[in-house]
Amino acid sequence: MMSPPPSPSGPPPSTALRAEPDSPARPAAGARVVRRALVVREVGIVAALVLLVAVTATVNPRFLSAQSVKDLLLGSTILAILAVGQTIVVVSRNVDLSVGSVLGLAAFATGSLFVASPDLPIPVVLLAGVGLGAVCGAVNGALIAAARVPALVVTLGTLYVFRGLDYTWATGRQINAADMPPAFLRLGTRTILGLPVLTMFAIVVLVAAGLYLRWYSSGRELYAIGSNPDAAHLAGIPVGRRVFGAFVASGALAGLAGVLYAARFGTLDANAGLGFELNVIAAVVVGGVAIFGGSGSVYGAAIGAVLLVTIGSALPVLGVNPFWQRAAVGVLILAAIGLDRALSARLARRLRGGSGGV
Amino acid sequence: MEPLLALTGVSKSFGAVAALRDVRLELRGHEVHGLVGENGAGKSTLVKILAGVHAPDRGVVTLDGRELVLAGPADARAAGIAVIYQEPALFPDLSVAENIFIARQPLRGLRRIDGAALRARTRELFARLGVHLDPDRPARGLSIADQQLVEIAKALSFDARVVVMDEPTSALSGAEVERLFSVARTLRDAGAAVLFISHRFEEIFALCQRITVLRDGHWISTDPAEDLTVDSLVRRMVGRDISAMYPKSQASAGPARLEVRGLTRSGAFSDVSFTVHGGEIVALAGLVGAGRTEVIRAVFGVDRFDAGEVVVDGRRLPPGDTPAAIAAGLALVPEDRRAQGLVMELSVARNLTLPRRWSLSRFGLLLAGAESRSARTWADRLRVKTARVTDPVSTLSGGNQQKVVLAKWLSTRPGVLIVDEPTRGIDVGTKAEVHGLLSRLAADGVAVLMVSSELPEVLGMADRVLVMHEGRLVADIPRARADERSVMLAATGQRGEP
Repeated sequence: MMSPPPSPSGPPPSTALRAEPDSPARPAAGARVVRRALVVREVGIVAALVLLVAVTATVNPRFLSAQSVKDLLLGSTILAILAVGQTIVVVSRNVDLSVGSVLGLAAFATGSLFVASPDLPIPVVLLAGVGLGAVCGAVNGALIAAARVPALVVTLGTLYVFRGLDYTWATGRQINAADMPPAFLRLGTRTILGLPVLTMFAIVVLVAAGLYLRWYSSGRELYAIGSNPDAAHLAGIPVGRRVFGAFVASGALAGLAGVLYAARFGTLDANAGLGFELNVIAAVVVGGVAIFGGSGSVYGAAIGAVLLVTIGSALPVLGVNPFWQRAAVGVLILAAIGLDRALSARLARRLRGGSGGV
Repeated sequence: MEPLLALTGVSKSFGAVAALRDVRLELRGHEVHGLVGENGAGKSTLVKILAGVHAPDRGVVTLDGRELVLAGPADARAAGIAVIYQEPALFPDLSVAENIFIARQPLRGLRRIDGAALRARTRELFARLGVHLDPDRPARGLSIADQQLVEIAKALSFDARVVVMDEPTSALSGAEVERLFSVARTLRDAGAAVLFISHRFEEIFALCQRITVLRDGHWISTDPAEDLTVDSLVRRMVGRDISAMYPKSQASAGPARLEVRGLTRSGAFSDVSFTVHGGEIVALAGLVGAGRTEVIRAVFGVDRFDAGEVVVDGRRLPPGDTPAAIAAGLALVPEDRRAQGLVMELSVARNLTLPRRWSLSRFGLLLAGAESRSARTWADRLRVKTARVTDPVSTLSGGNQQKVVLAKWLSTRPGVLIVDEPTRGIDVGTKAEVHGLLSRLAADGVAVLMVSSELPEVLGMADRVLVMHEGRLVADIPRARADERSVMLAATGQRGEP
């Protein structure tokens, strides 16, 4: 979707080819450097989160009350699920701007289903929302993979198309909590052992996507595509099919998020999830996923989502004018990008020099 | 002996350009087969056909006597054909081990990737190659030589029976080339057929058992290496008659207009010095990657340089300052006209007048009448075939686009004209027109510096031939002594020049 980042200048000849025996330490050095860099990246976000919570809790201890933590987790859940889906797309050097609209569509569909037949089992409604999202994702994926149109443009278009469908369908109506079965609404508030049920959905999604991207062939191929699309083609990776799959996954997760949105808020109109896409991309970038693809993890993106939501609730507690909140998010994004640049420059130096200093 | 892989009657065209015509090639197991040819002889197209990137228009590829249809890179891999490119295409963010086994990782229960097996098998491959690379490090930052080793390990990993090495040594140091050779011999001894492409004859003779020559997309010969010499190979690679289509008239050399002294940019070229006089056409010859384009870009101020100076008509140019170079009377017609020479979406007229937009303006506004009048004049003068000068330049043929680029710079009335591959990819008729134009310009006192990879053009047009080899100027051959052999030997780094 975008041009690749400027490649660093050609590497000097490596030492690895020379015939003299390598020191036994060297083979592991590269991996250690990389692992340390990744750790630093994710530790960085966690540290920022911990710092924020600590400072806020010092100012106002109620910030750490069970209710407040529960609210934070609930608030993060939907953003985190969307961020996981977005990560799957972004690592393949694409982007999905339509997630907010898909969420809105799925949320309104959920409400409408219950209005039409209140006795529908909850799992069926969940599946319907996920399925609707997957269909939306398939539309995105088909346009991008088959018509070879950049994802940025396609999903910008479908952002408006899906939202338009939502408006047409809703025609100004609002669906209220009274229209939905209490069992479904309890899904949005219930906790098990202090953990909100909605958050459990997010954790399951997070772990599943994390395992998929790390340990499954097609998951690694998404990273390969994002890392070097031409090479991916030469390596015989079915690039179109993988990218299509990524968009279906992102759409399906946006659909799931839509159903959970309905359960949490109960009141639904055609504006649900309006403008969410930028929050999602912010969470992904803050979480250390490279916007040009090839690197980053769903865990980082999820922590990024939690961090953004936490800032939103911490700033008022700290007495910061809520108008500053957006600026704070912006600064965070810029700081995250700065950190990534610094780390990758350092990493490149280490990998090249072999024995080079820090 | 039965060939392992054979190409028979293979042809491939790109638009009107025939890259390969009725080419044959037979690779045997236990053999390193050399493939040589000038730039543009069709070697890269042949490699891409073997890699499954291009499908041949005609002809068949057989493996073990059975016909092979390669619809994509995955088919080539499945057939056991591995290609190692000059600059390998790895995934910088993935680990070395993942790069080797991408799309074919060893799996364990639940179809998960078996990380331990992945690492162990990568170590085993590296051990077979005698290489010390960490399987877990990312490919980012690997040297070209190490990247090639990763590609070779990949070829080993799927037991490739045919390994194609497309100019693998051009970016390697001496020790790295030795290592690559021993790997190639290991593959050969294990029964693989290795196709080795190189411009360096000493490597070809050191490694290959048989050598195939391509020229202008045609198969010329395949012989055992011991029946060939460097001389006979060069003759087969170039062996063309230089037709009378080069109208260069002997011009009397005027004063020095372009002087380049000790120009150096580390990693690209070093200590390049030459002079071009008014009325002279000087060719800058050499193989692709010898540094010719880099030198002229530095002369024109597009790229910076580390040391040396450029003097035009006695005045020293500030380095890295293209507007100053243009003001001093330099003009550069770049190699890639689509990307660098033209703004494809703009009209012919707009392109023609782009460097003179200020002189055609009043109060900063371009005068439409002046623009179209001037454009019309120059389009006519160079016989650009276009219905209207308001048509986008992208609608013109390649030859006419090249004329627009030339006209654009000629209209600035340069004292020194630098042309990079002026006739690449254009038809014979337009070629002759371009050559005639260059010749007339020289007669008018312009100093012409022409980078060209086409030997007939170099020999037919140039008053002197400068030859570059690996970033250095290695020969300055006057027209009387310039022939295919002397230029080719210098370009390949042989001591041809006394």
